[in-house]
Amino acid sequence: MAQIKKANGIGDWFDQRLATKKLAKVMMTEYWIPKDINFLWAMGVVLVVMFKLLIISGIFLLMYYKPDAKLAFDSVNFTIMQEVEYGWLWRHIHAVAASFAFLVIYIHMFTAIYYGSYKNGREMIWISGMILFILFSTTAFTGYVLPWGQMSFWAAQVITNLFGGIPVVGDAVVTWIRGDFAVSDSTLTRFFMLHVFLLPLMIVFVIVIHFYSLRIPHVNNQEGADIDFDAEADKYLAGNKKESKVVPFWPVFLAKDFYVVCVTLVIFFFCVFFFYDFSLPGVNFEPANPMVTPKYIYPEWYFLWSYEVLRGFFFDIGPIKAMDIGLIAFAFANVIFVILPFLDRDPRVLPAHKRPRFKIWFWVLMFTMVILTIYGKLPPKGINNVIGFIASMTFITLFLIMPYITKKDAKGAK
Amino acid sequence: MSDRRQFITGAGLAAFTGLGAIGALYAAKRSWDPLPSVAASGFTIVDLSVAKENQLVVEKWRGKPIFILKKSVDMKKDKRDIVVNGENFHISIGLCTHLGCIPSYRPEKKNFLCACHGGEFDASGNVTKAPPPSPLVIPPFKLDGTKLVLGEEGSEYKKLKDADLIA
Repeated sequence: MAQIKKANGIGDWFDQRLATKKLAKVMMTEYWIPKDINFLWAMGVVLVVMFKLLIISGIFLLMYYKPDAKLAFDSVNFTIMQEVEYGWLWRHIHAVAASFAFLVIYIHMFTAIYYGSYKNGREMIWISGMILFILFSTTAFTGYVLPWGQMSFWAAQVITNLFGGIPVVGDAVVTWIRGDFAVSDSTLTRFFMLHVFLLPLMIVFVIVIHFYSLRIPHVNNQEGADIDFDAEADKYLAGNKKESKVVPFWPVFLAKDFYVVCVTLVIFFFCVFFFYDFSLPGVNFEPANPMVTPKYIYPEWYFLWSYEVLRGFFFDIGPIKAMDIGLIAFAFANVIFVILPFLDRDPRVLPAHKRPRFKIWFWVLMFTMVILTIYGKLPPKGINNVIGFIASMTFITLFLIMPYITKKDAKGAK
Repeated sequence: MSDRRQFITGAGLAAFTGLGAIGALYAAKRSWDPLPSVAASGFTIVDLSVAKENQLVVEKWRGKPIFILKKSVDMKKDKRDIVVNGENFHISIGLCTHLGCIPSYRPEKKNFLCACHGGEFDASGNVTKAPPPSPLVIPPFKLDGTKLVLGEEGSEYKKLKDADLIA
């Protein structure tokens, strides 16, 4: 047993039993972050704050929400929105925070792509991050179904139908996921379980892995410079704070992060109080009706790009049906980002502006994502179909040519 | 521990936990299957004699919309039509075969349009514009005079099924 002495204070009492001083050093005061970063490096902490807001507002919603096809709509739109004091506040926070979380996830993700922070030892950070993206997407979708409005119902109908594309067992899988031949009460109840328990639990678990995966390869910096963290940390601890290329996570790095968090929260609460409509579509204030499909159905803005890839292929090619091509393209779009570190054949870690071909690749990708997002919301008619098809093809082609482009960049540098 | 002993211990533990895992997964899978009350959900009877030409009637069967369209004389006949008293009907499950939205019927154009992804079907349920991969599905039915019994496979349905025309 450890040598336990009479404690000289409450801090020491805990330290003798839990090694709290060492823990604080490892986790906070001697966790080193490069100085050469900008506000885009604060997005991780902003995301943590968004996740907290989702959990807290979710807890309050959970106390009045009823996961039953007969009661769900009224429990949200009458009980929570009209009877419960400040019930509207929790719902607005929950809906707006979901949108904000995705916005910040995309910024976080494209920052990593721009600065090459997904390769050369940082692969596990990227992969765990993409798993989080998939988990967040699933959580957002299952949550969208819970108010049991028209959009909830038809989103559930369309998304569960996607699994019908699986060869041979597709139809059986769809029935199994729904627990019925159509989306119904059993679907709602199981989505409720996934949304409030299993998926958030998995998210918390993967967040821990995501944070841990940063420790060994460390945070990247603006130039992709290879920093000797031990030597720089020694400088900092010896008092050469100016010369050292690193700062401790706490309090120095977080001080700046908190500033970015404060700015984000001002915008966030402005949206919660005055500009929340974008996250609560009007069609969803009509109760679910299995006999009427709303005239226009579209997902939340953060799914529009992959939705557009799904419907971009509107014609059969030879024996392959348009639906199957769309589904294959959709599956491709959803997994291709995960394997990005292995598509990049350039071993150097550099920002995009120092990689001539990759820079063009990056901005074409950004432009394509924006086009896909815009056309994902427009009705699939006439010229919209053609533009959607071209943008989807561009998206897929970009990832197919990535190994070639990055290899050329690496060669050009030699 | 000897190699042999280590192997037997490992194999035994693997077999034991594997058995438990299979049992648990099977129970979990079955728990998500439709409940017996849902699976056994019954039959719907529709009287076809009240249908009017070129006017879509939508009935509900097993939670799904069912399209019933009485064709007028100028509308093209189809192998998939159901003939009752010399009159042609198009009967199908009213869900787009792409991703399950309900297409709307346009009497002036005599076709179905699915607003979700722009698929189109003619008045016989055949695809005239992708992405739907197959025609609107004909539900199992039985004819009893002018009455249509949904959920039961009658001889007319079996004929269509054998000719591979139901979807």
